[in-house]
Amino acid sequence: MSVYSTNEFKSGLKVMLDNDPHNILENEFVKPGKGQAFNRVKLRNLKNGRVIERTFKSGETLEGADVVDADMQYLYFDGARWHFMSPETFEQYDVDEIIVADAKQWLKEQAICIMTLWNGVPLSVIPPNFINLTIVETDPGVRGDTSGGGGKPAKLETGATVRVPLFVQPGELIKVDTRTGTYVSRAKE
Amino acid sequence: MSDWKPIASIHTLQLRAAFFKKIRHFFEERKILEVETPQLSRAMGTDPYLHYFTTDFSLPNTKHSTTLYLQTSPEFAMKRLLAAGSGSIYQICKAYRNGESGRLHNLEFTMLEWYRVGFDHHDLMKEVDAFLQTILDCKPAHYISYRSLFENHFDFNPHEISLKELKEKTKKLDLEEALIASFDKDTFLQYLLATFVEPQLGLASPVFVYDFPASQAALARIKEGIASRFEVYIQGIELANGFHELNNAEEQRKRFENDLKIRQAKNYPLPLIDNYFLESLSSLPDCAGIALGIDRLIMIALKKKSLKDVITFSFENT
Repeated sequence: MSVYSTNEFKSGLKVMLDNDPHNILENEFVKPGKGQAFNRVKLRNLKNGRVIERTFKSGETLEGADVVDADMQYLYFDGARWHFMSPETFEQYDVDEIIVADAKQWLKEQAICIMTLWNGVPLSVIPPNFINLTIVETDPGVRGDTSGGGGKPAKLETGATVRVPLFVQPGELIKVDTRTGTYVSRAKE
Repeated sequence: MSDWKPIASIHTLQLRAAFFKKIRHFFEERKILEVETPQLSRAMGTDPYLHYFTTDFSLPNTKHSTTLYLQTSPEFAMKRLLAAGSGSIYQICKAYRNGESGRLHNLEFTMLEWYRVGFDHHDLMKEVDAFLQTILDCKPAHYISYRSLFENHFDFNPHEISLKELKEKTKKLDLEEALIASFDKDTFLQYLLATFVEPQLGLASPVFVYDFPASQAALARIKEGIASRFEVYIQGIELANGFHELNNAEEQRKRFENDLKIRQAKNYPLPLIDNYFLESLSSLPDCAGIALGIDRLIMIALKKKSLKDVITFSFENT
């Protein structure tokens, strides 16, 4: 793995710190008038999501972390673990609830997600930005009301609940933005 | 935005040009001579924490070449002019510092440096105060000694405290242990200043911090164990550094040699000491001088977030 010096630190760079992989968020160069320069660095621990701040003397180095984002097809949930497969290598991965985290409420079989792997071990799962899901439960709407004003909660096939316009009916397929957890539009199969 | 385009808007560049006019007018009114000195030099300052660029003076296919340094500041050449009887002078020029890049740094930047014959650092601070009021249309500055600043913020006298006491006194700040373990006293003080004090300095009006520890004298005189040096802060940003200039060649040579020892210990390259500068020092008139970052000044004046908002191209897109 390559080694990076403070002047190569930039947002998005994955490095090893305290034996955990971290993603660099910010790097500020600080140089007192007649003294040694520092770098104030903000990093996210990719294992637990925590954001920390560290100060390095300029010129210090960190080892790069072997962290990659890979496309991963969601297969199924076996009651304890979530199973995925790489559409490229057909290698299968199964992860627990801590790793699948908030993504689980959007996981529909066959969906292509992004899995972050560190040395080949899954760290986190990001669902597709947009996904089409069937409404399993919502108050029947008023036919003809297409204004979308107000809205109502609707439970989706994956377990998530989103607010939808009044005219949307149970059993309909809708497009959802998983980043914000909001309704986008009605969808066709 | 396309990568080839300048990082500052054309409108900002027009405003920038107007500032240069205003700055030159300030010096013209005071009959201070504008000068130019070389950017490339055969010798270099020894400051352990200023990393310089070098280049070669040579022709293709010749074996012989001379190392030239790109100046980190025009200080030595300007002092040689002063020693030769120039009277008060100023210069607007590029300075180059290796490894410095960030929101407030670029590898090359524009510096305003001026020297006033017959001034000490207090006289010069007053003139800089007037300069800032003229250029930035800001309020009159506040003045505080380095000692008072540390007494107010941390409740210790920075000139007398030991490194061990420093570690004790700052326990409640919850500093990163691995980091401070490697600090010497000056680095520790500089770190505290840069981290906890500087961001709050000069928010309402410029702040002058004066009379630094002798160990941070750089090229300033030392009077009664205190360096006649000052720094200027505006909007939490260090803008300028000034000295009542040392004109004792023997003392200056000692400081150079001490710097070289630090460089050697850190495995930094050793520059060639500027002997012309040392020879001229005995003729240097009593004077005070200041170096001020113009990109930062314009950035502050235009309320921009980074100095890269007020320069044409940063090194990333040169």
